[in-house]
Amino acid sequence: MTQALTPDGVMNGNEPPVVEPVVVEPVVVAEQPAAIAEPTEPTVQVGAAAVTEAPPTREPVRLIGGPPPGPATLVADDACAWFGTRLVLEGVDLVMPAGMVTALIGPSGCGKSTFLRMLNRMHELVPSAAFAGHIRLDGDDIYDAKIRAQDVRKRIGMVFQKPNPFPAMSIRENVLAGLKLARVKCSDKDGLVEQSLIRAGLWREVKDRLSSPGGALSGGQQQRLCIARSLAVQPNVLLMDEPCSALDPTSTGRVEETIAELRDQVTIVIVTHNMQQAQRVSDFCAFFLAGENEPGRVVEQGPTEVMFSSPVDPRTLAYVQGRFG
Amino acid sequence: MSTDVLTPAASDRQPRRIKSVSSRVDRWFDRITLSSGLFVLVLLILVGVFLLQRSRMALSESGLSFFTREGWRTDVRPPEIGVLGLLTGTVIVATIAVTFAVPLGVLSALFITEYTSARFRGYLTSMVDLLAAIPSLIFGLWGFLYLSPQMAPLSEWIAHNFGWIPIFSVDKGARYTSSMFIAGTVVALMVVPIIASVVREVFAQTPPGEKEAALALGSTRWGMIKTVVLPFGKGGIIGGSMLGLGRALGETIAVALLLPQVPEITAKILQTGGATVSGFIVLRAGADAFTTSGLMAAGLVLFLITLGTNMIASVVVSRSRSGAGVDL
Ligand SMILES: Nc1ncnc2c1ncn2[C@@H]1O[C@H](COP(=O)(O)OP(=O)(O)O)[C@@H](O)[C@H]1O
Ligand SMILES: [Mg+2]
Repeated sequence: MTQALTPDGVMNGNEPPVVEPVVVEPVVVAEQPAAIAEPTEPTVQVGAAAVTEAPPTREPVRLIGGPPPGPATLVADDACAWFGTRLVLEGVDLVMPAGMVTALIGPSGCGKSTFLRMLNRMHELVPSAAFAGHIRLDGDDIYDAKIRAQDVRKRIGMVFQKPNPFPAMSIRENVLAGLKLARVKCSDKDGLVEQSLIRAGLWREVKDRLSSPGGALSGGQQQRLCIARSLAVQPNVLLMDEPCSALDPTSTGRVEETIAELRDQVTIVIVTHNMQQAQRVSDFCAFFLAGENEPGRVVEQGPTEVMFSSPVDPRTLAYVQGRFG
Repeated sequence: MSTDVLTPAASDRQPRRIKSVSSRVDRWFDRITLSSGLFVLVLLILVGVFLLQRSRMALSESGLSFFTREGWRTDVRPPEIGVLGLLTGTVIVATIAVTFAVPLGVLSALFITEYTSARFRGYLTSMVDLLAAIPSLIFGLWGFLYLSPQMAPLSEWIAHNFGWIPIFSVDKGARYTSSMFIAGTVVALMVVPIIASVVREVFAQTPPGEKEAALALGSTRWGMIKTVVLPFGKGGIIGGSMLGLGRALGETIAVALLLPQVPEITAKILQTGGATVSGFIVLRAGADAFTTSGLMAAGLVLFLITLGTNMIASVVVSRSRSGAGVDL
């Protein structure tokens, strides 16, 4: 029975193989494109869960010169943002607790992306951008004059709306790209590639073609490759800006599973326009809203169930019920 | 029964050409663009035919030795003319020019696209483009009157310290002005704006998503440039360099002023000496019929070489990922 859990039959006496939860396909399985259909590996029903992909999990691969391990708490304190002289975001106070998934919701143009980009100092790459307030990562202000933006971004990774793998690099090189760029060392590169791809839920689909170019994958696979690439540097926080908006429902389902599995390893902040998705994946929720010619503000925030069942502000209720925005 | 519905009659399945009726404007546009394209092609062929015709006398007189002889003597009977000494100088000067111009052009393109603020980007771009507008005669005069005497001590220093490297060695009692090194440097300055503007255009098309991806991984700006911008712009760099090489090979007035234009096969770039095809042609033009024919033959060789480099350049650029939208 346990033998069947490990497809290649390698057992480690000391460590029980980690059982990964079943890959739950969304309801739209019928539309699943043939390219994503994979050779099914022996699956075993264990109560409600079946094992689909779990090579014997080793010790997590260690990095040298990387961020301190484990998820971190991110706190925004009176954060404001300008483009030129236009204030687009005002007075955001938000706690994104360690090891939790925080969803940012709200109509488009209300400053969710801007807020997300302030969290890892990508905001300042826009020439006219300005910022006020504090963002604290486990207590340290990331906008402190002594702290370099690169070091912040090493600890706070980002996945973008449009999948952006390095197209000329192989899948393997893509996963390892962050090491070279962030000057992080790793003695077990193969292990790191495998671990990152497993965490991103892509290992099974690409393990036999790690040397083919990253640009040749489907959109959903590319997005998971980008997630794997961000995870390889082992950040404390992962920011995701509408990671599924360019994906088909099957790939979206995969990414959501990935988020669920990553929860205890990294703090996740996700922007989404999909209310069901916010409900499915997040523990906390913040509702952003911008009035006409007014900067965006956080109207309401709290645990996801409360935000979706009994929000205080009528605008939140209207938005989560899809009646507005 | 149902198969009848699913498989249409075989005749319907024939692939057919789809005809579209184009509007009058489009038809005229097609004709005009086609004819201007053809005009350029015809012009190119006409120039080639003209050169071939005019060089027939010299080529039939000298035969294959035209391509293997170093010197150029029309005072002996029969005249001994050859293009090899000229070609050596041409290639060396162009190589020196490209060696200096490529890093300079690529770096200035990088500075313009990646490092300056949006305000300075415009100024710098037009300044670099203005450099291209300076007539080469001005460059030549400036090089001859100012740069050549200024650079002579540098040449002397290099020869003194690195003379053991063959190309930096000099003959005893050699002078250091009017050398291929100086001529190459001046030509490099003329080529930089060409390389810079091709490369800049390519760099500017780097997908912003990939740049952000690199930065979001904790990269420095230079790390991002190394992993994203330079690989993306590789085709543009190669193509722009080839284009610059083409220009350097054909450069005329400046080298006519800067080099003694005595054909010889030598790689001693620091000392006075050297000749190039185009510089030589300019100085000897208007001589007797046979010399003119010989110059035409030399011109034909240069024409074919520059045509070749430019064609390779455009193929390289258009085949690269970045060059699809750039026309040379
Ligand atoms: N680079 C930029 N320059 C100027 N204004 C911008 C820029 N990016 C976003 N904005 C403005 O900032 C506001 C918030 O945008 P954004 O954060 O992208 O909204 P969201 O992600 O919630 O849809 C919008 O009004 C938008 O027009
Ligand atoms: Mg957005």
